[in-house]
Amino acid sequence: MSKPTLPIDDEYRYGFTTDVEQDILPPGLNEDVIRAISRKKEEPDFLLEWRLKAYRAWREMEEPHWAQLRMEPIDYQAISYFAAPRRERVKSMEEVDPMIRETFQKLGIPLEEQKVLAGVAVDAVFDSVSVATTFKEKLAEYGVIFSSFSEAAREHPDLVRKYLGTVVSYRDNFFAALNAAVFSDGSFVYVPPGVRCPIDLSTYFRINALNTGQFERTLIIADEGASVSYLEGCTAPRRDTNQLHAAVVELIARDRATIKYSTVQNWYPGDAEGRGGIYNLVTKRGRVGTDARISWTQVETGSAVTWKYPSCILEGDRAVGEFYSVAVTNHHQQADTGTKMIHLGRDTSSTIISKGISAGQSDNAYRGQVYVGRKARNARNYTQCDSLLIGGGCGAHTFPYIDVHHASATVEHEASTTRIGEDQLFYLRQRGLSTDDAVGMVVNGFAHEVMKELPMEFAVEARKLLGITLEGAVG
Amino acid sequence: MLTIRNLHASVEDTEIIRGLDLEVGAGEVHAIMGPNGAGKSTLARVLAGHEDYRVTEGEIRFLGRDLLAMNVEARAREGIFLSFQQPVEIPGVNTAQFMLAAVNAIRAHRGLEPLDGRGFFALAREKLALVGMDPSFLKRNLNEGFSGGEKKRNEIFQMAMLEPRLAVLDETDSGLDVDALRVIARGVESLRAPERSMLVITHHQKLLDHLVPDRVHVLRDGRIVASGGPELARRIDAEGYGWIEEA
Repeated sequence: MSKPTLPIDDEYRYGFTTDVEQDILPPGLNEDVIRAISRKKEEPDFLLEWRLKAYRAWREMEEPHWAQLRMEPIDYQAISYFAAPRRERVKSMEEVDPMIRETFQKLGIPLEEQKVLAGVAVDAVFDSVSVATTFKEKLAEYGVIFSSFSEAAREHPDLVRKYLGTVVSYRDNFFAALNAAVFSDGSFVYVPPGVRCPIDLSTYFRINALNTGQFERTLIIADEGASVSYLEGCTAPRRDTNQLHAAVVELIARDRATIKYSTVQNWYPGDAEGRGGIYNLVTKRGRVGTDARISWTQVETGSAVTWKYPSCILEGDRAVGEFYSVAVTNHHQQADTGTKMIHLGRDTSSTIISKGISAGQSDNAYRGQVYVGRKARNARNYTQCDSLLIGGGCGAHTFPYIDVHHASATVEHEASTTRIGEDQLFYLRQRGLSTDDAVGMVVNGFAHEVMKELPMEFAVEARKLLGITLEGAVG
Repeated sequence: MLTIRNLHASVEDTEIIRGLDLEVGAGEVHAIMGPNGAGKSTLARVLAGHEDYRVTEGEIRFLGRDLLAMNVEARAREGIFLSFQQPVEIPGVNTAQFMLAAVNAIRAHRGLEPLDGRGFFALAREKLALVGMDPSFLKRNLNEGFSGGEKKRNEIFQMAMLEPRLAVLDETDSGLDVDALRVIARGVESLRAPERSMLVITHHQKLLDHLVPDRVHVLRDGRIVASGGPELARRIDAEGYGWIEEA
């Protein structure tokens, strides 16, 4: 039986483009553009109103520059905010444009229903539009809703209205506000009370069109006692100019619910000289209820710039938050990533394991906050940040912020920085491994604590991806 | 099998090997002895191709080919195995995962199909038994937290798995108690074969009691200053190296 695999090959092999007829809005952003997006998606009125409020809020905000990042200025009027393959609303898999189907096949994504037997339901987002969601009927038997965001807005407006923006408000930050105004599509998941979602759910995001931004929005609700595991993967074509990706993910784990959210981010990182690549500016956050748990696992290998801090608001008693991260940067890539664990309930606990790997001329920063509120009796946090340096031209930075307002809290922070060992590479090469394979093995060992958190079917591919990203990093 | 002629090698501009000649035939076991700083471990690393060691003069032929033209992994794939004096720890990488990658890298070079998981574990269990190791070793991270004796056994286990043509054992006996030494010596002895040569670097006669060499060489100041049969090792054990200088 074929397993779903992440698209992996030497170099950036998914840098191809697909020539499909695009329904594309001209560059620029104003209220008419937002109305046009909303109209194209046949959205209910409340959503348009929400978008417009977000847009007005965004206009009053300033682009943040506190991260350890160097970026070209972004001209928000030069971006096209909507691009869709022309035949968008499809009733069955057969109606999906063959070119798009082929693209997703090249990426190794199982769109066809039979492949879904492998046990993963997939929502595939091509530029701005969700192209197909597999395995829907099977999920419906359990009462699980898994669809594109647009479809959810049309078919489950009450759920969307109840939860949208309750974790990441449109006023949260500059990029979250922009996303709220112009988001095009994304995934929606609702798991009813007491239901364990029978299969892993996954979404693939693909940026195809030139000079478009991708602004997807994902909303996942695990109702009381429910559980779900969700994985997202991302790729984009090779382009010489930087492209903007500003996504928002909101997770809601109600009492006794569990959400496991795994990301393998491999957007186009730019070339070896630092030309092109995706600006990946993402807000991800979850609300964790009583006895509930949210676990974020991310493997970040792509993008020219990564700015993201998947976080947990531990509002219920005994809520658990986890953040497992591997961020790899090579050449001129920059990553500023980490998490926020906000302890509000009693006996809440959080774990942060961050592994940063830098090579080439890249910069890799961990930035994390642990906040313990006035009512959070017996809150516990354990943080471990390890950095691995390959070569002499890269940088690793750690910015932990700890803010404790209850004397009973236990907060531990450990950090280490090591350089990849020449003696380790010599040992492995003496056993017949090439230099690149030896680097891949040492790096995977370094990241092992995080990699083991990935769903099994994706772990193998993610391991290869780590090795590939660092190819040639040791001469 | 191995021919070394007038070898000169330096590390950071200090010449360590100064005109070394050595001929090892197929299936032969040669012991290299000598005082500290004689250049024994340098010779081992030069044979393995360590880039910190620069060969300034001379040649090394291995199975008729120019060894110095090959990089570390090419030499390993051609059949050179170095048992490390201090095996390196690789955190987070379990022994099985590492060993499978190494076995298949070498098999690929020899034009063989890669071993799958089942074939690998069957082979690994057989080879672990040679050095008295339990299969649970395979699940442990490579050399991480291993005792000195376990690390050395692991080296000989790897040698058994990779079936080299020339094995260079760099002080494999150092830091072992009598029982562990016996187990390892027996393991190495069992790997003696007509098409496999060994270069055994040691300070001690004890290993050579179990693993009787065909030839014994004394290395001093980067050169071989005496050669003989097993009796040479016994005399060194009794009298030290002083008499060689006087001779």
